[in-house]
Amino acid sequence: MLEAQNITGSRSEQLLFRDLNFQALPREIIYVRGPNGAGKTTLLRMLCGLVRPDSGTIFWDGVPIADCESEYHRALAYIGHDNGIKGDMTALENLQFFHRIYCAHSRPSPTQALERLDTSNLAHIPCRYLSAGQKRRVAMARLLILNARLWLLDEPFSGLDESARHIVSDLVAEHLGSDGLCIATSHQPLDYEQFGAKEINLGMAS
Amino acid sequence: MNSPFMALLRRDLLLAFRNPGDLATPVIFFIVTVTLFSFAAGGDLEMLSTIGPGVVWSAALLSAMLSLDGIFRDDYEDGTLEQMLLAPSALTVLVFAKLLAHWLSTGLPLIAVSPVLGILMNLDSDVILILVVTIALSTPVFSLVGAFGAALVVTQRKAGILLSLLTLPLCIPVLIFSVLAVAATASQQPVGGHLSLLCAFLVFSLTVAPFAVAGSLRLMAGD
Repeated sequence: MLEAQNITGSRSEQLLFRDLNFQALPREIIYVRGPNGAGKTTLLRMLCGLVRPDSGTIFWDGVPIADCESEYHRALAYIGHDNGIKGDMTALENLQFFHRIYCAHSRPSPTQALERLDTSNLAHIPCRYLSAGQKRRVAMARLLILNARLWLLDEPFSGLDESARHIVSDLVAEHLGSDGLCIATSHQPLDYEQFGAKEINLGMAS
Repeated sequence: MNSPFMALLRRDLLLAFRNPGDLATPVIFFIVTVTLFSFAAGGDLEMLSTIGPGVVWSAALLSAMLSLDGIFRDDYEDGTLEQMLLAPSALTVLVFAKLLAHWLSTGLPLIAVSPVLGILMNLDSDVILILVVTIALSTPVFSLVGAFGAALVVTQRKAGILLSLLTLPLCIPVLIFSVLAVAATASQQPVGGHLSLLCAFLVFSLTVAPFAVAGSLRLMAGD
């Protein structure tokens, strides 16, 4: 369970949100909404532990995330604005690298993950030759190889076509179905009747 | 062989070899600078062997500076640095792998060509030997100290001058003791003391730098 208590965030001296409280439970998806510049990405990076909140604490299973960093990182998968993909390496090499660096032995292999995203044909092409949407698919394949309970997705659908959107929303549904948690910033709402959904609206602070 | 350390080391070496241009720049700069000096000295062999160690050494330091800016920049810009910060393995271990890869791909070639450049500068064989030893002991220090500077300016797009200002002063002591060691050899004096100091610099930066780099990366990436 992820819990945020009274977190306040700012960027370059500008207050983005103040005293934000929420809880994310298993089988639940949280949408972070707000206009551009409202601090959606900052909030997500804060939940990862990349940015420290100005005040307040984020708890993972009741422990502040700063105190259980390696355990928390093992439980976390973050897909940010940047895909985190090396243009000079092939899609498969990129995924193999993450597979090793996260010591994710039990999960689907990088090849299987690429298949699931319908990108097997791209496996051996250097990523800099891929289109924006194809790169995004490769980045999403990372979700499959990490053994993460918590998914933090920053605009997961940006650049993706219709079929890729379906694949990703199926992935999220499967993840929630296996007691996962998901927090996403997205302009397109996903409809999962069987799972809980919450919204965090940013952009109210002044 | 599948540890995160090896995975990152292998990835960085792979990336270095896929960009042969970046890989060759420091070593070509090194060769060109020293060669230009040997021409500019106008065939005065006596003078060449006097200024030789200093020239080779300054060129080596400047070449090492050339490669520093890119250590973390690419990873920062494409988002892989973020993913490394979020990896469950210790960041210092990953930083160490990156620095080892950086030294293997930029420091080692400099060491490899330095004996040839020593011959070009009309140095005696025992002077060349000490020159190569000092360069071998110092290039890892440049990678380690330089990485600290590179980590601090990782968010700045054009940080070349700032990076040199940050790291060059820290590298000057290494330069001084290396040149002293070479000069001592040329005048047949013992060099043990100078070499021990260089080893001390290496051990110190080896123990401190990975932690300092990891700390500054966390700080800068959180911006």
